Amino acid sequence: MVQIGKSVVIKGELSGSEDLTIEGQVEGKIELRQNVLNIGPNSKIKAQIFAKQVVVQGEVIGNVTASEKVDIRDAGSVDGDITSPKVAIAEGAHFRGSIDMQRGGAKPAEPAKVAAPPAPAPAPAPAPAAKA
Amino acid sequence: MSESARGGFASRFLRWGKGGEGRGAREERGEPLTTKAFGRFLSYLTAREGPVLLDLGPVVGQNVAFFGERLGCKLFVEDLFVDLDRAAKEGRGAELPDLLRGRITREDASVDGVLVWDLFDHLDRPAAAVLGEQLARVLRPGGVLLGFFASGAPTPGASPTHMRYQVVDEKTITQRPAPAARPRQPALNNRDIARTFSGLTVSESFLMRSQVREILFRKPQR
Repeated sequence: MVQIGKSVVIKGELSGSEDLTIEGQVEGKIELRQNVLNIGPNSKIKAQIFAKQVVVQGEVIGNVTASEKVDIRDAGSVDGDITSPKVAIAEGAHFRGSIDMQRGGAKPAEPAKVAAPPAPAPAPAPAPAAKA
Repeated sequence: MSESARGGFASRFLRWGKGGEGRGAREERGEPLTTKAFGRFLSYLTAREGPVLLDLGPVVGQNVAFFGERLGCKLFVEDLFVDLDRAAKEGRGAELPDLLRGRITREDASVDGVLVWDLFDHLDRPAAAVLGEQLARVLRPGGVLLGFFASGAPTPGASPTHMRYQVVDEKTITQRPAPAARPRQPALNNRDIARTFSGLTVSESFLMRSQVREILFRKPQR
């Protein structure tokens, strides 16, 4: 695994085909589409991120797209939109943005079957049917 | 006691007792609550294609998995308790109506469901009106909003807390107090709650055993 140290600041596009741990600062774009990106506890990332898996223990500002999983640990922080079939957020983690788990590349899980609601008494609209 | 009630209790008991979990584990997870309105909320939500959900409570990983993976929702998380706490710590509680104005940046009629949990228990009437108006605006026609509203007066001298809710299934959620900087405000009566969300109609209202009112609002179809 490749590591980018605490004192390193990168501005621009970062791409590769190995797993990567970032302890420093990156501003721009990170592409590791087949690999794991580990964002260390002291790192500050201001970038668009594309990876197979992303583990966030530091601070991320930007959108995160992962084909497998995004994991925000308890000290991690993400301000941005997440697209991934699996998202884990630990208690104490900060997150602000949207989460879309349907466009992350994996088949979505079967939606829960919930009984159709009764039609509201005065409502002119018909009650919607439950999704199969 | 009905068969279903016994079944519900038994499953909850087994779930909470699984693996020899003691009181500590239960406290960590929170107090289980049986909810009727939440199931109705989900019914409306899952009847829609690719539902969009706005969650105004603290980010809870299990809820993200429930709504995102299980229900296939696109989820927007806006933890407004952070805003409330910040305002309280900075002594700007009276400015909340101004601070909340324009806080919800979603487009008009772009959201199918809104979860406010017990957020409105922590807002005074002017702030509640400002936020309620924005939430009614972002809901799509036919969209639903679910909130929990305390009935009694806040306990004098109690440490301020808000509830952290975790979804177990469509009939059960758990609640756990989390420290807050802004205390609960005097309870709103039903009429005030309905006025807070002008443009929405009360679709369902239930009183929980804990005397908390769970109220489901719906935006009328055009």
